Amino acid sequence: MKKHSFGSKLFLGLVLLVLYLPIVVVVVYSFNDNSTRIPLAFTGWTTRWYGELLDGKGGYGPALLLSLRVALWSVLLSVIVGSLGAVGMTRSALGFRGKPGRFERFMEAFSILPIMIPEIVLGLAFMVIFNALGVRDNVARLVLAHTTFCIPYVFLSVKSRLVGMDQSLFDAARDLGAAPPRVLWDITLPLCRPAIVSGAFLALAMSMDDFVISFFVYGAGEGTLPLKIYSSVKVGVSPRVNALCSLMIAAVFLAVAVQRYGQAVRKAREKKAAAN
Amino acid sequence: MSEQTPLLRLENLCKDYGQGMILHHLNLDIYPGEFLTLLGPSGCGKTTTLRMIAGLESVTEGRVWLEGRDITGLPPEKRPLNTVFQSYALFPHMNVFQNIAYGLKVRGIKKPEQKQRVEEALRLVRLSGYEKRMPAQLSGGQRQRVAIARAAVLRPKVLLLDEPLGALDLKLRQQMQTELKRMQQEMGITFLYITHDQEEALNMSTRIVILREGRVEQIGTPEEVYEHPQTLFAAGFIGQSNLLRGEVTAVHPENRFTLRVEDVELPVLSDRPFAVDDRAVLCLRPQRVRYGFQPQHQMELQGVIRQKYYSGGMQHTLIALSDRVTVKAVTQASEMDQFQIGDRVYVGWNQTHAPMVPDEKLDEKLDSEAAGEGQG
Amino acid sequence: MNRKDKRFALLLKLPLYLWTVLFVLAAMGYVIALSLQGRGELIGVSGQWTLDNYARLREPQYFQVLVNSLRLAALTTLFCALIGYPFGYLMARLKPASRSIVTMLLVVPFWTNSLIRIYGWRILLIGNGPINTLLMNLGWIQQPLKLLNTEGAVFLGMVYALVPFMILPSSTAVEKLDDSVVEAARDLGASPLHAFFTVTVPLTLSGLMAGCVLVFIPSTGLFFLNDLLGGSKTMLAGNLIQSLMKSRDLPMASALSVLMLAVTGAVIALYRRAGGDADGLGLF
Repeated sequence: MKKHSFGSKLFLGLVLLVLYLPIVVVVVYSFNDNSTRIPLAFTGWTTRWYGELLDGKGGYGPALLLSLRVALWSVLLSVIVGSLGAVGMTRSALGFRGKPGRFERFMEAFSILPIMIPEIVLGLAFMVIFNALGVRDNVARLVLAHTTFCIPYVFLSVKSRLVGMDQSLFDAARDLGAAPPRVLWDITLPLCRPAIVSGAFLALAMSMDDFVISFFVYGAGEGTLPLKIYSSVKVGVSPRVNALCSLMIAAVFLAVAVQRYGQAVRKAREKKAAAN
Repeated sequence: MSEQTPLLRLENLCKDYGQGMILHHLNLDIYPGEFLTLLGPSGCGKTTTLRMIAGLESVTEGRVWLEGRDITGLPPEKRPLNTVFQSYALFPHMNVFQNIAYGLKVRGIKKPEQKQRVEEALRLVRLSGYEKRMPAQLSGGQRQRVAIARAAVLRPKVLLLDEPLGALDLKLRQQMQTELKRMQQEMGITFLYITHDQEEALNMSTRIVILREGRVEQIGTPEEVYEHPQTLFAAGFIGQSNLLRGEVTAVHPENRFTLRVEDVELPVLSDRPFAVDDRAVLCLRPQRVRYGFQPQHQMELQGVIRQKYYSGGMQHTLIALSDRVTVKAVTQASEMDQFQIGDRVYVGWNQTHAPMVPDEKLDEKLDSEAAGEGQG
Repeated sequence: MNRKDKRFALLLKLPLYLWTVLFVLAAMGYVIALSLQGRGELIGVSGQWTLDNYARLREPQYFQVLVNSLRLAALTTLFCALIGYPFGYLMARLKPASRSIVTMLLVVPFWTNSLIRIYGWRILLIGNGPINTLLMNLGWIQQPLKLLNTEGAVFLGMVYALVPFMILPSSTAVEKLDDSVVEAARDLGASPLHAFFTVTVPLTLSGLMAGCVLVFIPSTGLFFLNDLLGGSKTMLAGNLIQSLMKSRDLPMASALSVLMLAVTGAVIALYRRAGGDADGLGLF
């Protein structure tokens, strides 16, 4: 294809190197056998910190469980609210025509607002509205907040899939005798499944990842995994946190690999299907 | 035909999307067993009409009657009509069997009967054995057949076909034309067909409705619309015509007129009430133009052969009646062809086959199309 | 479409509507209302409507913070563009196989919690950390440099955390660019560099602009970055809001938030004005 000069390759490589530098450092130091208070000299390899982590030292277990619990609820809620909303707003997905009214366009703009504004503003807004509404339970506060910023990911994912689809598919379903609820169940949702799944994964990642909003919303206590990590690293460097972070990085690697593999398999299958 | 009760009646049908009327007061009766075609260029309102009949588009004004029942407000799923979509619209996540059985399943028809009817439908479209294939594994023509089977399996009162052959290549399109006629005869179902391809319409229809900008230009059998176009648009849109524009200079007894085109005066036979000074157009099919060295019956004009070319077994000849008026003639090509460019010949045509229509302003594109075809 | 259809569509939209009204519109409205209140005893507000909080934004303690934040955000955006756009451009023009590898390499840091990645920098920059150790071992310095808890460290962290948001839209825009346009420019006599600046850049401006929006907006609110790398020496808007909330001055925190919202709105409006569409902002 195009020729790449040595300089441009160097640039690409250098940027990637810098991107990975801190990640590598975190992982390397998770194996550092040095237990002084600020253990920065690298004194030898050990897997001790992972063992400690698994033994429950440092109290990361409950934080992880809380994060998972919040993420699962948020994903469930945002998938329901977001994908149904996207279908309802793309009326052609039910086999009828018409342009969205002013009110609908207004609501659409605001429903995706949470991913457009600084997190800190959103965090403050959630905090004050939950206090005003009397939502005190920490899990409920986290789930409501996370669902709100997860909805746009699902909504946009499903909506863009629907907009790109041949509208006559839904027309055809109605023409063949299916009423809108049946069209939704038989045609629209099955065809949106990939978009719903990818939206759900995005939402899951965003929820597990969130620090800023949880920081504002969460009351007293240790909180979610990112909150816990923050309070541990703020004071210094702890190899146990390194071990935890390394596991999280590994999880990301694994997820990306699985996703890539799935994509490759799907492509191969499509190719095979097309060849038949 | 008119003594029969219509199967489908469109009464005063109008459509307005809010930016002007797409369809103006369409009145149309469709009788059992017809192969009726709505023909017109894109944007003429034919697809909108079909979608309103199917219930996929709301009706701004007017009524749709099916067997004497008003179905105007009925949602599409409640209408005993089915559509074959231009894009086929096969459900990509269902195999051929599931696609065809979908309408039966929705209607709660039992599995064994579903199976039997799907098989029957597949036989009709000659795709038996393809039940397990996914739409992505089918060719365009096969998808087309599945789409027809899926709609036909429900035994609709009228099968609506929205440019079903539009996405196929020329060869397949011609083959499918015959196939569609055969399927209609086997099924005994009324077809309402939509196309912008006049040849397709002429080949398949029992009746043709020519639409232009949401208004009916002409309704008639293929023969009627071909031989006796009622408007300039109809004449220009269907087949090839010499469109000779001019004005009426004399009105004679027995429906005879004289039309002056530029500097040539042409005799015209028309049962329409033209008056002197009316602007009018003579529509002359090239196949109807006859010429020869000897003046024969109805060859009272003279001209000079200007150009000749051979195309598809036919001899195309351009004959100048004057410096400014040229007509095109198409005759069976023969090896005996004795005419040379520059020859003076006698020219004429059977005036009953050369209708005259009032002149009108067509939009630029059609106008140039019509002019291009007329003048060769 | 008939009434029954409409009702069904509304039924599907209803949860989203309710959610949006309650947790977006009401929440934002509440923040705006709070920002117009004085500080008070009861639930932190006085019950009196006032514009005082906005007037107080001009006081040096607040104003300086705002100026610092905006300057840092602007600088971050500029540097992200300087690194991210060329990267995106070069990446988009790689062979498909190498491109998919680079894409994957980008995805991993993108998905790794930014807290973790910033923590990595903390380790790298700390007084007796790897960078200082390396430099001393090489004999380039005698004393460890003070790298952590500096403004430079915050800036580095910002650019580092946000540069993927510039790379992805840029490379998408370049990928979409029709090669033949550039070839035409070359054919008409433009040098490669000239073609790049007169054809490629203008035609992929949408990606660059989307990247700028995606970098600028979060850069104003990453308060934890300042905590971890800057030692909270210089306050940024995010830290200010956080500390105001700690001191229970909700009205002032709200006023600052509203101001940040306004800046965000202005940036998006500017982006729209310049011809960018909302879809360009969707990364996925």
